[in-house]
Parts: sequence; C-alpha cells; structure tokens
Amino acid sequence: MPSVDALAGIGLKTAHLPRILGGGRVDLDFFEVHAENAMSAGGPLPERLTRLRERFALSIHGVGLSIGGEAPLDAVHLRRLRALVDRFEPRWFSEHLAWSSHGGAFFNDLLPMPYTAATLQRSCAHIDQLQSALRRTILLENPSTYVEFAASSYGEAEFVAELQRRTGCALLLDVNNAHVSAVNHGRDARAYIDALPLHAVQEIHLAGHAEDRDAAGDRLLIDTHGTPVADEVWALYAHTLGRTGPRPTLIERDHDLPSFETLQAEALHAAALMRRVAGPPPIAWAA
Amino acid sequence: MSAAPTSAPNPAIGADWSAALLDARRPVPPGLRTWNGSDPGTRFDVHRNNVVVSLVAALADTFPVVRTLVGEDFFAAMARHFVRRHPPRSPVLAEYGDDLPGFIAAYAPAASLPYLSDVARLEYARVQAFHAADAPPLASARLGALLRRPLELARSHWALHPSLRFVASAHPIVDLWAAHQGHGTLQAVDLRRAQAALVGRDGDDVLVLGADRAAAAFVQALQAGEVFGAAVAQAAERHAGESLDLPGTLALLLRHGWLVQPPTTESTP
Repeated sequence: MPSVDALAGIGLKTAHLPRILGGGRVDLDFFEVHAENAMSAGGPLPERLTRLRERFALSIHGVGLSIGGEAPLDAVHLRRLRALVDRFEPRWFSEHLAWSSHGGAFFNDLLPMPYTAATLQRSCAHIDQLQSALRRTILLENPSTYVEFAASSYGEAEFVAELQRRTGCALLLDVNNAHVSAVNHGRDARAYIDALPLHAVQEIHLAGHAEDRDAAGDRLLIDTHGTPVADEVWALYAHTLGRTGPRPTLIERDHDLPSFETLQAEALHAAALMRRVAGPPPIAWAA
Repeated sequence: MSAAPTSAPNPAIGADWSAALLDARRPVPPGLRTWNGSDPGTRFDVHRNNVVVSLVAALADTFPVVRTLVGEDFFAAMARHFVRRHPPRSPVLAEYGDDLPGFIAAYAPAASLPYLSDVARLEYARVQAFHAADAPPLASARLGALLRRPLELARSHWALHPSLRFVASAHPIVDLWAAHQGHGTLQAVDLRRAQAALVGRDGDDVLVLGADRAAAAFVQALQAGEVFGAAVAQAAERHAGESLDLPGTLALLLRHGWLVQPPTTESTP
C-alpha cells in the first residue's frame, strides 16, 4: 500500500474508460475528471463515473468557475458544482487562479489576472464563497501565464500565499505551469516554488508543454497538455518533492492522447520519484 | 482582511480582453508587461488561439456530420465566425452550439446546402439526449392494463423519457445522418424528401429514427402534457393526410424504454 500522500493518477479521458473499467489490471490510485465534462444529468457518463469511483479515488477539477474574474461567481454554475460534488463525493476538488468568463461569455481558456490588493480581496471572496457552497476545502491551482500586468503589485507566489493564508484553501501545485510561467517571465522556477506555502499542497499536476518564440526571439512555453512531461519539469518535480514530501501526483494529457498504458507508465514514474523521497517513517519521540 | 488601498488601480481587464480575444483586428489590451520588453501581442495571441481553437474543437465534437458534409476547412472557417458572434454562455460545453443551426441557416457560404442547418439541429439534439436525465421505463404490464380500460386510457397523462426529442425538417435529415454512420450512401439520399427524426437514448446509445408527422404530433402533444386522448386527436387533426399508427408508435416507445413511469388518470375537477 502506498502512503496516502504517494498516490499516482491521470486525467480521465473517455477513450480510456473501457480499458480502465474493463477488468484488466490498473496500477493507478486516482483519476481526475473535469467538472464541466461530468455534469450530465444522466446517461452513460455518470454511470461510468460511479463505477470508477467504486475502485479509485476521484478528483474533480473545475475549469470554468472564473475565480479570478471581475464579476460575481456564476450562481447557476456554483449550484451545478455543489450537486456534482454531492453526487460523486470526490477526495479533492480543485479550481484555478484565473478567469474565463466575462459579460456572460465563457472563453474556455484560463486567462491571467493582475495581482493587486483589489484582485486579492475579490479572489478571496470568491474562494470563500466556493468553499462554503461546496462545504469543503478547495485546492487552488497556480496558472500558466504568457503576459504580466503592469498593475500587479504582488509577485504570483506572494499572492498565492496570501490567498491561502486568508481563505485556508489548499493548493494544487502544477509543476509544469510553474516551469512554463518561470521561463515565460525570465524567472527562477525553483525560487517560485520555494516561495509558495508548500505545507498547503495537497495535489501536484504534471503535464507537457510546447515551445515557441516570443517577439524578441526568447523561449515562449505554451501549456498544451499535448506531449509527455519534459525533463526540465521532472527535475523541478523532484525538487518540489524534496520540499513537500510525497504528494498525490497526476499526469494531465488532453491532446495527442496516447494509450492508457503509456500515460499510466508516466504516472508510475512519478510514483517512483515519490518513493525515492519518502524515506523511512520519522521516529516518534514521547514527550 | 485589509482594505484595498484607494490609490491602487483596479484594472477592469475583462471588457478589454473579451473584445480583443474574439476579434483579432482589435488592438492588444493595454497594461501588459513582458520581462524582456518584447511585444506582448505575440503572447496575447496564445490566448486568442486557445479561445478560438478550443471552441471550434468543441463544436466539431458536437457536429461531426455537419463537419464531414462541408469539409474540415469550411467547418473551421464557419465555426470561427460563429464563435466570435456567439461565444458560449455556459462553461458546460456540451450545451454549446444551440445557436449554430440558426447561424448556419443565415450563413451565405453554406446556402448551397439547404439541409445543413437541420442536420445541425439533429446533431445538437443527439448530444442533449446523450446527457439527459435517466428515467426508469414503464413496465409493459402497466401499459397493458391501461390499454384494456379505454376510458381511463383517454384521460391518462404519459411521461416520456427525458432524452426524447423531435427534429422535423423539409430535408432528408435522417438519411443524411445515417449515411455518415455506415447506413446507405450519400449519393443514394433523395434530397427532395422531408423527414422528421425521433431522437432518444436507449442504453448507452442515442438513436435517430425516422418518424412520420402523425407520430411526431402525437409524441409532441404527450410531451406538452396533453392527455392520451387529446394527443391522439391532435395527431389526427393536424395530419389528416397521414393516419396515426398508434400500436406501432406505442410499441416503438415501449421497446426503447421511452415510456416512463406509470400513467396517472387525470383527476376530474
């Protein structure tokens, strides 16, 4: 049995469901499903998720609430999330430090926000609202960003730390996002990670990215979830584990989907790295 | 929580970004910064691309036959226009595309394919049927008992499966759709034929069945809450030319589990 923290999982793709539920051996501990893809009232999807839930831990990952948005949270969507969480009782529920809706339109992208006192206050209010609606601690994911705002008065790690302190939320540390953003803004990813409130990390994401060039010819990394995890990201993951210890780790893959076995092998590589840092259990001293 | 300093700007980026994300001719939003002083436009374009490409892909998932009928490039161009004019109103993308059939009907480059809009309506109905709520089927014994008591039958309300939908068209939408599922060929479809489709979920599958207008009127009247007798009368009235095959229609509904919950007798006022 792995320790409760050294769990390995992958993002659930419907193409893999027959393989996962088919009765063959599966060596993963958990699966993650996008909340907005799991909101069917009935039919095969909820039925399959219920079967999956009987055998594996489940993480529900929201991609559409727009926590960083200017407008109040969408009350209809909040109710849908509450119903989803009540129905499937996932072990984790996570959302993003980003916005995706404005003026009633949904953009289906995780858009960046300025980090200011005003956006901090607003995001805290949104997280408070989400946590009370779901009656649970949520995990907040750090974003991949391509531009920064002149108006920002906080660094991202400092902003996340303050959000975490004020709301008591947990973190979903996306190590690929940390790497992508660090390269895109000429910063040190290790220093960024070290500045986060790592005690609050309850899940880690790993994914692949694509590489492009910006207008000055410098590296511009794009969070595509379309390739295997890059070596630089594995190295940053190992650094992260050294600070956090083992944490449930998930491989995200949304494009150029490989076989279930290939993705499982990637997740099991993460599990092996976790075992390496786990070490012997600490000695308990009687007071 | 500390109050926001009054001097701090509260940049309203939503409006600037929304307009620029959907319209590449608009300038890149103000207030962006890059570490190396490079033009933020290249970076902002990553978001423009994410928005449009991911939403076009969502539409392609919901409308695969429309996409095949017009070809990938035409579909992508049409879907890009649509995304810019009608971005999703909900983060649940399975619901996205309700407005696409109407958009296609008015989209001049698709005017040579008059059936395209109705094929889109059919495909949208299929996706909604796939995600619709479950309901336990009516036991055939209950139906049988009711059919033996005609007076009670005439006044009874019927519940149909939540996935059940009708799409009527002046074009052969059922044959066009079937030709893309390996049933028949596109060349063999008689384009002068009008067809109505009954769409509903049976097990894990969403079925698309041809239905005559009388059967369609009957099912739609039941869905609208009419009692059985009134639904039969409406089917007869509206489509005098086509008689309602009542046993055949009931057998079809029963076979696929589309009659749900026992009918209840209408209470007399």
